[in-house]
Amino acid sequence: MSEINQYTARDIPERLSSPFKRVVSSWEALLLLVAILIFFINTQATPYFLDWWNLSDATFNFTEKAFIAFAMALLVISGEIDLSVAAIIALVSTAMGFAVQLGYDTPALVAIALVVGLACGAINGLLVTGLGLPSIVVTIGTMSLFRGISYIILGDQSYKDYPESFLFFGQGYVWSTVTFELLLFVIFAIVYYVLLHRTNFGRAVYVIGNNPTAAVFSGLRVERIKFLLFLLTGIMSAIAAICLTSRLGSTRPSIGLGLELEIITMVVLGGVNILGGSGTIPGVALAAIVMGMLIFGFGLLNVPGIVMSIFIGLLLIGVIALPKIASNLKNYYLERKA
Amino acid sequence: MQASSKTSLASEQNQKSQLSNNNNNLTPVMSMKGITKTFPGVTALSEISLDLYPRQVTALVGENGAGKSTVVKILTGIYQPTAGSLSIHGQDIKFPTPHDASEAGVTAIHQETVLFDDLSVAENIFIGHAPKTSRGLIDWKTMNAEAEKLLQTIGANIDPNLKLKDLGIANKHMVAISRALSIDASVVIMDEPTAALSHKEIEELYDLVDKLKADGKAILFISHKFDEIFRIADRYTVFRDGEMVDEGHLKDITENDLVEKMVGRSVDQIFPTREPSIGAEILSVVNYCHPTEFSNINFKLHKGEILGFYGLVGAGRSEFMQSLFGITKPASGEVFIEGNPATIRNPAQAIEKGIVYVSEDRGKQGVVTTLPIFQNVSLPSLQHISKRGFLQIAEEFSLAREFTRRLDLRAASLDQHVGDLSGGNQQKVVIAKWLATQPLVIILDEPTKGIDIGSKTVVHEFMAELAAGGLAVIMVSSEIPEILGMTDRTIVMREGLIVNEFGRDEMSPEKLVRAAAGIKEST
Repeated sequence: MSEINQYTARDIPERLSSPFKRVVSSWEALLLLVAILIFFINTQATPYFLDWWNLSDATFNFTEKAFIAFAMALLVISGEIDLSVAAIIALVSTAMGFAVQLGYDTPALVAIALVVGLACGAINGLLVTGLGLPSIVVTIGTMSLFRGISYIILGDQSYKDYPESFLFFGQGYVWSTVTFELLLFVIFAIVYYVLLHRTNFGRAVYVIGNNPTAAVFSGLRVERIKFLLFLLTGIMSAIAAICLTSRLGSTRPSIGLGLELEIITMVVLGGVNILGGSGTIPGVALAAIVMGMLIFGFGLLNVPGIVMSIFIGLLLIGVIALPKIASNLKNYYLERKA
Repeated sequence: MQASSKTSLASEQNQKSQLSNNNNNLTPVMSMKGITKTFPGVTALSEISLDLYPRQVTALVGENGAGKSTVVKILTGIYQPTAGSLSIHGQDIKFPTPHDASEAGVTAIHQETVLFDDLSVAENIFIGHAPKTSRGLIDWKTMNAEAEKLLQTIGANIDPNLKLKDLGIANKHMVAISRALSIDASVVIMDEPTAALSHKEIEELYDLVDKLKADGKAILFISHKFDEIFRIADRYTVFRDGEMVDEGHLKDITENDLVEKMVGRSVDQIFPTREPSIGAEILSVVNYCHPTEFSNINFKLHKGEILGFYGLVGAGRSEFMQSLFGITKPASGEVFIEGNPATIRNPAQAIEKGIVYVSEDRGKQGVVTTLPIFQNVSLPSLQHISKRGFLQIAEEFSLAREFTRRLDLRAASLDQHVGDLSGGNQQKVVIAKWLATQPLVIILDEPTKGIDIGSKTVVHEFMAELAAGGLAVIMVSSEIPEILGMTDRTIVMREGLIVNEFGRDEMSPEKLVRAAAGIKEST
């Protein structure tokens, strides 16, 4: 890059583009536009869409996945990945179901869920940071391991009989048509926004994702931060497991099967670079809403699940290819000009 | 400056005409004519010419950064010259890819061999031109037999079926040389081939070079070790700052003259005049050892002092500095900061105790090129300018503003990505980020490597200013003018050991080069 437009040391401005311009030209702005578009198409496509209760139901399509996606976003930005999240859901749910059989009540179930989630995250984190193994391999392994344990414990059985108070997490409303899960989604969006964009920890995550060597040479404890991110992902998987189990009212070993790919789709759609280094929480939150509304709209239109997954696959590839195609086109025109 | 360069040009021309008289009976196998190679902001080679003759070993001599490795890369097709031409047997030729160079009979044996660890010895020798069976498959039998024959001609007793990674470095060289013979190269380039070899292995290598010579090959030999240059080379070419300053026959020159030509006097660099005021002892390193990289490092550093570390690449200077900064663990030894014993297990502890390290590998270890300037500057200071772990963006900007201003950073905005800046300005960002932590000791590892002359001057002036302000500065440098111009005291390291120490008044380029290369003092 040439250093045109240089200023003398005395007056280097802080930023060149105005905050407004940056927001308007961002990926998040594009996502917001897409969300509005899908909302509009849905309202035209089916009269049932614009109904408060239907809309409230629609939020379940993304809330639980989004909890994990927030933590996953941080992990992916730091240059790692966790493919075992859906398996953690199964193991956590199985542990809760097992505890129900032993007669434990809701507070104990939540505690058990968090401990199991934390333990799963710690196993992933230790294997990746302690032994220096690649996270994609480690978590493919623990994905089979965690769900395998659920299958061993449950076989073709299922746990039911969750206490009445436990069902609030996935079925309760806090106000009018606002579900508990939706409230949690908003709270987590804010918490993760602050964590990633407003704290030293969040800055460290970006630095590690952009240049792990320079991070070490700048005094960051890279391994410790990555370990914490795996713990965080484990806890968020546990919280998602609580909500999902509560909503379904039962535990089967196949619970949440394949969810990890939808979560990673959500993260990438939200503008997080799959190779690490960039991405935002507002982007991920918007991507969650877009995906939720798409699935809901398809559902209302009676589109079969298999077509839905084809569409989501195309969406993911399109999202990754789009910036590349755009820059290729740009180069092509610049070359023709020259 | 102009006067001196003119006289040196004149003397060059004299020598050239003498040379052509001597070589009337020989035509070069390969010639470089007027080769220039520029990178953005840097001229690595400027209009150099180099002839390689059959049955002759030409030694390429020069300091680090003189352009030797650029020559190798151009000869082997890795780099394309910006201007000038190459010719083989008098015919102009171009090497768009390394493959073309090897087709034309140019092969290189590098300091670290670039072969394939997981392939067998025979495969390494014949990769790209393996003997084939009638069905187009690799003829393993012939290949192994040929490989064995080649290895035996150079006196190497290696099983061609072994995997390369199971061989020692000396045997890897043997494989590389066999490869050179197998493609029937007419030009063999050896880039510091003895750097990692033992005494006995070096002797064997000399014999091999003699064999290659007898075979009629033209050999380009790059080395920092003068004894071996005089032992095996016939001709020499001296490079300095990307220019060819002299060439001739080794029998016509003494070691001292060669050293002098190599170091020269960089007239275009002006160093700040300093009145060093050296204060109390701030850092003391006692018996610092590492299992492989360095041992028995002892020295003291004072407030306001600039201490130089000179040596050849691989002398263990950077490894030692990184260990002092907590990146690698030493095996034994103690560090005292202001008289108190200090344990440094990681960079975070080093920074906390006031030791910071400006790395040689700026792009990889120094800056995060894909993040803005202000975030790079504030990175190691975040703990101090944040409130309970929450970022204070305004504070970050003012910190970045303060320290980049002191270094006269040139940038479009503080929000600009560091990767968009020139090398010199990137280095200013790195130095700014470390100064912002208010250290006691700053270690600068090759602080002006690969940056433009203007930025060099800024960095030098700033270094002087820091020392004047009471900071203790360690400067690792392979550039002699920089060592002479900047340091109050210089420690010379060779093969992981401190071999000498010179005060400001005792230093001379010749003394430094001799100590670093292990040449005995001549009378």
